[in-house]
Amino acid sequence: MSAQANTATAEPTVAKSGAAGAAVFPGSDSRKYNYFDPKGRKATHYEDMTVDVQPDPERYLLQDWIISFPDGTPTYSKDWTAAKSSNWHKFRAVDQEWERTHYQRQSTICGMVQNTIENGRKSGAPARFDPAWVKVLQNHLGAYKHAEFGLGTSTMQAQRYGYTQMVNNAILTNSSYKLRFAQDVTLYLSEIALDLPGFDVNAGKQHWLEDPIWQGVRKSIESVMGSNDYLEQYFATNVVFEPLVGELFRSGFLMQAASAQNDFITPAVVSAAEADYERNLANTVELFHILGTDPAHGANNIALFNKWLAKHAELALDAANRLQPIWSQPRVKVVSFNEALSQAKNRIRGIAAELGLTVPTALAS
Amino acid sequence: MSASLTLNKITAQKGITIAEAANRVADLGWTPSYVQEAMTFPTDYKISKTPRDPMKQVLRSYFPMQEEKDNRVYGALDAALRGDMFRNVEPRWVEWMKLFLAIIPFPEISAARSMAMVGRLAPGEELRTGFTMQMVDEFRHSTIQMNLKKWYMENYIDPAGFDITEAAFGKCYATTIGRQFAEGFLTGDAITAANVYLTVVAETAFTNTLFVAMPSEAARNGDYALPTVFLSVQSDESRHIGNGHSMLMAMINDPSNHQLLERDLKYAFWQNHAIVDAAIGTFIEYGTTNRDKNKESYAELWHRWIYEDYYRTYMLPLEKYGIKIHHDDVAAAWDRIVKKNYVHKTAQFFAVGWSANFWRIEAQTEKDFEWFEHKYPGWYAEFGDFWKWYAKLSVPGETNILFNSDVGYVYPHRCWSCMVPCLIREDFVCDEVDGKMYTYCSEGCRWTHKVAFAAEYEGRATPAMGRFSGRREWEDCYHGWDIADAIKDLGFVRPDGKTLTAQPHLRFDAKDMWTLDHVRGHQLGSPLRGFRALSPIEREVAVADYRKGFTINPCH
Repeated sequence: MSAQANTATAEPTVAKSGAAGAAVFPGSDSRKYNYFDPKGRKATHYEDMTVDVQPDPERYLLQDWIISFPDGTPTYSKDWTAAKSSNWHKFRAVDQEWERTHYQRQSTICGMVQNTIENGRKSGAPARFDPAWVKVLQNHLGAYKHAEFGLGTSTMQAQRYGYTQMVNNAILTNSSYKLRFAQDVTLYLSEIALDLPGFDVNAGKQHWLEDPIWQGVRKSIESVMGSNDYLEQYFATNVVFEPLVGELFRSGFLMQAASAQNDFITPAVVSAAEADYERNLANTVELFHILGTDPAHGANNIALFNKWLAKHAELALDAANRLQPIWSQPRVKVVSFNEALSQAKNRIRGIAAELGLTVPTALAS
Repeated sequence: MSASLTLNKITAQKGITIAEAANRVADLGWTPSYVQEAMTFPTDYKISKTPRDPMKQVLRSYFPMQEEKDNRVYGALDAALRGDMFRNVEPRWVEWMKLFLAIIPFPEISAARSMAMVGRLAPGEELRTGFTMQMVDEFRHSTIQMNLKKWYMENYIDPAGFDITEAAFGKCYATTIGRQFAEGFLTGDAITAANVYLTVVAETAFTNTLFVAMPSEAARNGDYALPTVFLSVQSDESRHIGNGHSMLMAMINDPSNHQLLERDLKYAFWQNHAIVDAAIGTFIEYGTTNRDKNKESYAELWHRWIYEDYYRTYMLPLEKYGIKIHHDDVAAAWDRIVKKNYVHKTAQFFAVGWSANFWRIEAQTEKDFEWFEHKYPGWYAEFGDFWKWYAKLSVPGETNILFNSDVGYVYPHRCWSCMVPCLIREDFVCDEVDGKMYTYCSEGCRWTHKVAFAAEYEGRATPAMGRFSGRREWEDCYHGWDIADAIKDLGFVRPDGKTLTAQPHLRFDAKDMWTLDHVRGHQLGSPLRGFRALSPIEREVAVADYRKGFTINPCH
């Protein structure tokens, strides 16, 4: 006999307290969200905060979506991506972010970046940067911040379209990270400009808009921003652009070259973006792996992702190749462009292999 | 050491100004020239002026500020447990949180999604930073509220109803009203939804009753967690109000937008009133055990926050830009609250439908009657007997009040627009839209469906405007079902498989609790189906009869 059945014949329970355990009655011990299947044995806190908050007529939405767009498209539609899924609710973000963890991480990064810049400036570090390197930061890091901003606005747009809360929140935090980093770099350059006479804070945007070195990157970013498929935007950002161009420039150039030019600040500022990307990549790979191995739609999805990979890799590879002259600009050469590009290609091949995708010939070696 | 020497002075170094930082960040955007930006959600408005960001905040200061707010919230939740808050909390109050917190995380995250819709529409990049912060804020609100709900579930005497929360949100007749609120933020014309309905009206006006007035009542009921979370949430709203106003100002100078702005201000105000006042008014007035006659009633709170704060100081100044303000609707909403007992009738309806709920509703008592009569003279004559009936019929074995003809309550029609039933009987209207007959709680709601949500407004094509869709009459979903089967289908049954999640009392003892067997034997029906089946003449009679209302029989 269950404990609950026992209470039916026990002395009446007069609750004098509103606290858990003050009385025993049917349901008094039902203290877990019970309307979804956790990914693991027990629901994580992230799952409790996230799953089913965006409803679905195929789960609990009895009355269906109650407002539509004028063409009849409901508030959320599976048709907003060409990818198909047997179960859009399966995906869980690997980084398990909900608001508290997101603010803790972002705030820690903001503190780290600000402390680094403040302490560096206090010790007069920017004045000791190699003059040729200062030009690199001014023109090229200054240009690159716009690429980060483009990815931030693109993912900000994309987080409206996903079919579940899990998909949309993962894209939302991706956007938040990108936009923070774009601002980190913007403010960093503005601050060291105070210590570097002649530093032109407007030069970066001019290079972004006009310098042939950056036009491939701009075209690649605008192609991500211009996609009408939100998952193509998410895919192109993390599967293609980030390894081939983002990491290439951040890790393959700035992080490695800076210290040899007497710059120990830039690598710390940029390192946050590398850690951000690891998380965004993990979420992305998880989602596209689920879609690529979907029992009903896996083959079609893989074909679609291969198409996206080919399209965006061509743009991103062209963008990467056009950046080559930047590697020659620092006075002290630490890393060659070819080595960095080789690593970038290796990285994207690894990601593609995880997802079961066919690497375009241009990336094969 | 000099008296004037401080750490600040020692460590200070020249930095960039806040304005400079904001300007630099705003300069991150550019106009794409290789590929056009993705097709965004359309609007019928023209936005040619660049909106300004009044807050001039950057993410570097935003994230640490928010983390600090979070630290306070989570610290307070821990303190509440250490202080044994739930020992003294009023269950009458917490029960209503099962409904409120089932609804609110979805409107919050919908607001995050809607930032995508306005982010692309505004020329220039300055306000994009504001929209970015609002997007992350709304992510904060949605998940911090899910956390609060889980916390109640883990620590409150009766977790049933919290445990099924998002499933219940999808199925309950009451939560659908909240979904009308949320879907309005992110569906249809992007400016109508994400700017006027969400930021200009919902956030600027009605979050004050939602997130300021309601937490005060929570505190009076021993619940210190809700004020902790929701006042923290409300502290973000000032930035959202700034976003909304800035966008509004970017559009208001173009006279071609005025017609649509007038439409949307009217629609958004009326629907916010119909939805938010129904729900929050009920929580504040009927979820409380505090009957201090010196505290403000919901009507008084409404006058302060909506009439004085929003209508007089925010809306009226828009007239100088040539916008015609819907003064009559503000007066009509006030009359509905003060003279037509809108909140009381909503609470009465929730109580009549208690068995299909997923939270408990306790009967109002003599102490409550006295307060209501003091604040709303004439209340007792209209509602006193009803609550006596409710108390009497709260014992298992009595006939469910929903089907008990001794009471005299007549089940209402559902409003096709705001989704709240047509409770103010004298205001009931019906109309035909696209060849089908619909019922509405008020002229404002009829206008919203037939005139505002259409392909044309006053002769002007409005191709971006949304449409009402879905199975909007909840009762129709269970037409002809036995209520016990409907409750089971809804999932509003406790883990023992028979005891109802909802109960018409706060008695925490198995023998006092209603089961499926106690309610079985009565059929649910769609009022609209019957109404549509009437001939025009019969319908006219039915409308006249409905408008006469009903009288609750004396309860002895």
